[in-house]
Amino acid sequence: MKQAHAQPPASRRFVRWALGCLVFAATLAQAQTQPPEAAASGVPDTIGQRATACTPCHGKEGRATNLGYFPRIAGKPEGYLYNQLVNFREGRRDYALMTYLVDQLTDDYLLELARYFASVDLPYPPPQTVNAPAELLARGRSLALEGDKPREIPACVRCHGEALTGVRPFVPGLLGLPRDYLIKQMGAWRTGVRHAASPDCMAKIAQGITPEEVAAVATWLSAQPMPADTHPAAPQPASKLPMRCGGLDVPLAGGTP
Amino acid sequence: MKWLLRALIGAGVVLAGLAALVAWLNLRGEESIPPDASPASFVSSPELVKRGEYVARAGDCTACHTARGGAPFAGGRAILTPFGTMFSSNLTPDEKTGLGRWSSQHFWRAMHNGRSMDGRLLYPAFPYPNYTQITRQDSDALFAYLRSLPPVEQPATPHQLRFPYNTQLALAAWRAMFFEPEPFKEDPAQNAAWNRGAYLVRGLGHCNACHGERNVFGATSESLEFSGGLIPMQNWYAPSLASSAEAGVADWESAHVVALLKSGTSPRGVVMGPMAEVVYRSTQYLSDEDLNAVATFLKGLPQTPPPAKPRKPIEYDPAQMQAGERVYGKHCAGCHGDSGEGVARAYPALAGNRSVTMASPANLIRIVLNGGFLPATASNPRPYGMPPFLQTLDDVEVAAVATYLRGSWGNEAKPVEPVDVLRLR
Repeated sequence: MKQAHAQPPASRRFVRWALGCLVFAATLAQAQTQPPEAAASGVPDTIGQRATACTPCHGKEGRATNLGYFPRIAGKPEGYLYNQLVNFREGRRDYALMTYLVDQLTDDYLLELARYFASVDLPYPPPQTVNAPAELLARGRSLALEGDKPREIPACVRCHGEALTGVRPFVPGLLGLPRDYLIKQMGAWRTGVRHAASPDCMAKIAQGITPEEVAAVATWLSAQPMPADTHPAAPQPASKLPMRCGGLDVPLAGGTP
Repeated sequence: MKWLLRALIGAGVVLAGLAALVAWLNLRGEESIPPDASPASFVSSPELVKRGEYVARAGDCTACHTARGGAPFAGGRAILTPFGTMFSSNLTPDEKTGLGRWSSQHFWRAMHNGRSMDGRLLYPAFPYPNYTQITRQDSDALFAYLRSLPPVEQPATPHQLRFPYNTQLALAAWRAMFFEPEPFKEDPAQNAAWNRGAYLVRGLGHCNACHGERNVFGATSESLEFSGGLIPMQNWYAPSLASSAEAGVADWESAHVVALLKSGTSPRGVVMGPMAEVVYRSTQYLSDEDLNAVATFLKGLPQTPPPAKPRKPIEYDPAQMQAGERVYGKHCAGCHGDSGEGVARAYPALAGNRSVTMASPANLIRIVLNGGFLPATASNPRPYGMPPFLQTLDDVEVAAVATYLRGSWGNEAKPVEPVDVLRLR
């Protein structure tokens, strides 16, 4: 075992000194040209208590806040939420704070968190977007409900449910979300920043429409009131979907692969 | 002009001598590798592979060699350093892009001497200044384990280092100054547990890569081995393991050190940030015997005296303290308690918490800003978490609550300024 303050041999000291001078000079020169770059007392032992870590951004019980950007997660389908948590951890979605928060959490625990938020059943506030131009709304409505057949753009309702409240367990609802959030997500898919498990159907769709169309559809979606039944629809067979999506093939029974 | 010629010759001789010395310092201690060395002659066994998996956990290889969302051990993860960005290499046994053609001798030379199969000097971001201490048996076990993985064809991403750090010459100079291949030497004055702990902490665990102070060349040193330091590019402060004012464990029960490294939580403290990752990927998999050995070694580290108490009590700005108390009451007291007493096994106490009172407020600020979960380990699979307040509190409020924490309930540490928060946002 070496002594903590042992002196290196003279040859090493000389080399350190000589090369130190050279490299230090080089470092200085470089620096000038380029800047360096519970079961615990008083606290419930519940998943809800554990999920309070999510609330400053996503709101109490995931109901969203008035910060205006972060999405409501309460009542979204469990498979969708689980896929997103895993996508953040595995780098398929890009939001540093989310990645940091889930980085050391297992699949089992992420699924439990996803199931908790999926189970929260709360009323929705009125839509955020008001007084949008009629022309923009009409363009958005047409894309959401009819799509654009010649360009192979399926209507949103084909996958996200007739009422656009999502389809259990993997497809999220599109209503009750901030316009800015919707635009950012579509933009992130267009530019390759947001990914889903391959084949990434939403990337294909987002890359097939123009930025103006993204704005139109996001505006229309964020202006819609919620229907009487706000819950995601019952599962539908994959054969009825217009394209194949990798996010729909994820086992949900639990268990870390 | 004779003097000029003499001076030039003199300089030439000095330079040539220096070059020879550097070359010698870089190659000393290497065993010769026969030209026909190949993996074919390597004899593996299921036991060796199993042992190698354990060695890989202890060395936390995947922390760098598995990219986020990528195939295990296939490399490609970006490692940010003050000298530029490096990309980890592919350790799977792929013939073209991995270690498929490496012999166990080449692998040993990489671990022990820091040279690649093709003879290139390796960057010490690969912590061979630590791994040089591992035994040949552990190196072979690790090699056997890596060879047992499915081969993944993933070519290396070239490093993006600035001049002169991108040259082998600079690396040779660095190695001449700061690296010497050295096998681990047992200290006969210490018991077996201490020696095993020293082997794990100094060698495989490469703990001083974060917990040691680095000089301007990015090198760690023996005299400042575990004295703490700001982790380059991450802006987390890795606290000193040798100071009772930071993360020293000299007065901890061994069982609490073991619990911390195994589960991420203990009666004396919890892990967050980069250490949560270390527990999640590495230390939770170590045997109790090995964790006890680590505890023995850490408890026996020569202690640096805690900083002297200030002669006058620290003066806090009453307005800042009041603002901090308001933030605390609104956002923190619900979990951490009205007097920072915390809740056992869920929310750490803040009164007497060294992460709160350390000289560097970096970790405290980062935790307030980013929150975080403890690692979900086998023995604590459903950890509680702390919310991030990045979006809800501004710099003035974060500084106020941090100052309040550092000056309440018996805590006495210097106030935090809003500019300290701004730097870490």
